[in-house]
Amino acid sequence: MGKWTILKAAVAGLAFYGAMATASHAADIVGLITKTEGNPFFVKMREGAQAKAQELGLTLQTFAGKFDGDNDSQVAAIENLISAGAKGFAIVPSDSSAIVPTIKKARDAGLLVIVLDTPLDPIDAADATFATDNFKAGELIGQWAKGTLGDKASSAKIAFLDLATNQPTVDYLRDQGFMKGFGIDVKDPKKYGDEDDARICGHEMTGGAEDGGRTAMETLLQKCPDVSVMYTINEPAAAGGYQALKAAGKDDGSVLVVSIDGGCPGVKNVAAGVIGATSQQYPLKMAAMAMEAIEKFAKTGEKPKPTPGKEFFDTGATLITDKPVNGVESIDSKKGAELCWG
Amino acid sequence: MSDDATGSVSAERGLHGSDQSVASFDEDRGSALKSVQRFLHEYPTAIPFIVLVIGVLIFSVAAGGRFFAPFNLSLVLQQVTIIAFLGIAQTLVILTAGIDLSVGAIMVLSSIVMGRLTVTYGVPVELSFVLGLLTGLVCGLINGVLVAVIKLPPFIVTLGSWSVYGAMVIYVSHSETVRAQDIEAAGPLLQWLGHTIRLGGGAVLTYGAIAMILTALIIWYVLNRTAFGRHVYATGDDDEAARLAGINTRGVFIAVYTLAGFICAIAAWALIGRIGAASPLGNQTANLDAITAVVIGGTSLFGGRGSIVGTLFGALIVGVFRNGLALAGVDSLWQEFTVGILIILAVTIDQWIRKISA
Repeated sequence: MGKWTILKAAVAGLAFYGAMATASHAADIVGLITKTEGNPFFVKMREGAQAKAQELGLTLQTFAGKFDGDNDSQVAAIENLISAGAKGFAIVPSDSSAIVPTIKKARDAGLLVIVLDTPLDPIDAADATFATDNFKAGELIGQWAKGTLGDKASSAKIAFLDLATNQPTVDYLRDQGFMKGFGIDVKDPKKYGDEDDARICGHEMTGGAEDGGRTAMETLLQKCPDVSVMYTINEPAAAGGYQALKAAGKDDGSVLVVSIDGGCPGVKNVAAGVIGATSQQYPLKMAAMAMEAIEKFAKTGEKPKPTPGKEFFDTGATLITDKPVNGVESIDSKKGAELCWG
Repeated sequence: MSDDATGSVSAERGLHGSDQSVASFDEDRGSALKSVQRFLHEYPTAIPFIVLVIGVLIFSVAAGGRFFAPFNLSLVLQQVTIIAFLGIAQTLVILTAGIDLSVGAIMVLSSIVMGRLTVTYGVPVELSFVLGLLTGLVCGLINGVLVAVIKLPPFIVTLGSWSVYGAMVIYVSHSETVRAQDIEAAGPLLQWLGHTIRLGGGAVLTYGAIAMILTALIIWYVLNRTAFGRHVYATGDDDEAARLAGINTRGVFIAVYTLAGFICAIAAWALIGRIGAASPLGNQTANLDAITAVVIGGTSLFGGRGSIVGTLFGALIVGVFRNGLALAGVDSLWQEFTVGILIILAVTIDQWIRKISA
C-alpha cells in the first residue's frame, strides 16, 4: 500500500464518520438508551424519538447496549449524558435492578429520567415509566381466541411458541396474559410451564424469530397433530410457525394463530389471514411521548403522571383482527396498518 | 529402548539377574481400549455415527412411535439443513486450523440482499439471486484476505466481520422482514429450495436438504480426491511445513474462506426456502451451532483432521437430541444442557484419540 492509498483511505474514513455524526448545535440535549441496535422494536423507538426531537428542536443522542442484558454500556451512556449536560433521557433498561444507582445519580444531577417498556425494580426509581401492558396484550388475544372458538374452546389444543428458556419479563407476561384471557389457570403468574391444563400441548422456544418459530411449531405438531390454536410471542415467530402449518397442510384456517407486536409485516399477515389476531403496541409513540415530556420538563419543570390506577403510563395495546368477536374491542387490519411501526 | 538394551552387551552383563521387563509394554491391560482408540484414530467419523445411532435408539424408546416415524426422521433432516450447510462451510475453515464466527451473519446478509432487492427494489429475481450469492462470496473473500494477506488471527478477523456483516444486515434490511407472501409473488425462485418431495412412509425431503447433501458430497470429493483438498489438510496440519513443501498456503486460506462465504450464501437460499421470508431476526447463534456440529462431528479445532461426513452426523446428532427430548416432553433448558454435554464429550474423545499420535 502506498502512502497515497493510506491517506485516501484515511480521508474517506473521516468523511464517512463525519456523515454519520449528527450535526450538533446549541439546542437542549436529550438522550435515548435502548437495549440493543438490532431489534426492530428499538430501531423504531429510535426513529420515533429522532423525528420528535427534530420537530421540537432538541438534540438527540442515542446509545445502545451490545446485547440484551448489557448493563455496563448503559451505565456509561448515562454518565456521558450527565457530563454532556442533557436535560433528560429515556431508557429501556437491560438490567432493571442494576441500573438503579446510576439512574439515581442522573436524577440527583437534575435530569428527567423516563423508563420505557421495561419497568425498573422498584418502579418509582424513575421519574416516570411509559410502558405497554404486556399482560393485557396477551389477555386480549386470549379472549379473542376463546370467543372465536366458542364451544370448541373447552376441547382446544394450544401450542405455545415462546421467547426463551430463561423466560424474560415480556415472555411470561404475554404467555400468562393469553392463558388468563383464554381461561386457563396460570398457577404462578410469573412463569409458564407450571400449568396442568390438558389443553396445553407444550411450550417451545423461538427466539422471537422466523427460523425458531418454524422449528418450534414443527416439533409441537409432532407432539400434538390435533393442534387448534397457535399462540406466538411475536409476529416473526408467528410467520415462521405458519410455514410449519403450511408444510403440514394445516394452513386452511383449522389452526387459529394469535400474536403480539403490531409491526407492519405482522399487520399485513393479519390482512392475509396468516395471523387471526394480534395485539398492537406502540414503541414509536412511547419514545415520541418521552421526548415531549422531557421538553416540557425542561421548559416548565413539570413531570409526567402515570395512568390512573397504574404505576406507569400505559401507552396502550389494541387488538387487530378482521374477524372481530363480541365483547372484545378491536380494530381491523386496515386501521392497524396506519398505526403499525415497522 | 529395547534396541539400545541389546546393543550394549557389556552393560547388560552387570545387570544379570535383575528384572528384564522394564522396557516392555503391558500388553494385556487395556488392550481392548487401545484397539478401540486405534480404530477411532483411523476412522474418526465412527464416533459421531455411533452416537447418532445410540441417540436414535434411545429416543425411539423414550419418545415412543412418534420419534421413529419416517416423517419425523425426515423432519429432523429438514430442521438441521441450515446448520449443516453452515457446518460444511465451517469445516473447511476449521480444517485449516481457523474459525469463522461470521458464517451466520453472512447467511442472513445474503438472504436479505436476495429478498429485499427482489421485493422492495423490484430487481429481477435472477439478478438479485446472483447478487445475493456474490454477497456471500465477497464477505468470505474479505475474511480470507484479512487472514492470509494481513495475517490476522482468524478468530479476531471473523469476530470483527461478524459485527460488520451484522450491522450491514440492519442497514440493508432497515430491520424489516421481507414477508413470505411478497417473496412468493415477486420471486418464487428464492423459495425454490422449500419445495418438497414425498417419499414412502410419509417421509418428506425438501429440495434444501437435497441441496445440502449434494453440497456435502461435492465438498467431500474436493477435500478427499483433489490436490486442493489435500492442500487444505496439509495447511491445517502445519502451514509452515506445507508452505516449505511448495503449497501456496496463502491461496489455500483465501480460497477456503471465500468458498465458505459462498456456501453460506447457498445456505441463505435454503433459509428463505425454509422460513419463506427474508428476516434480519434469528440465527443469532447459528455460527456457534455450526461450530458445535463440526466439533461433535469429530473435526479437530486444531486443524488438519476431520471430515464433512462427520459434520453432517454432528448436525444430525444435535437435531435428533433436540427433537427427541422435546417429543419426550423434556423442558427446553435440558435440551440446551444436553447439547453442552455432547460438545464436551466430543472434545474429550478427540483429545484422547490425539494421544495415539503423540
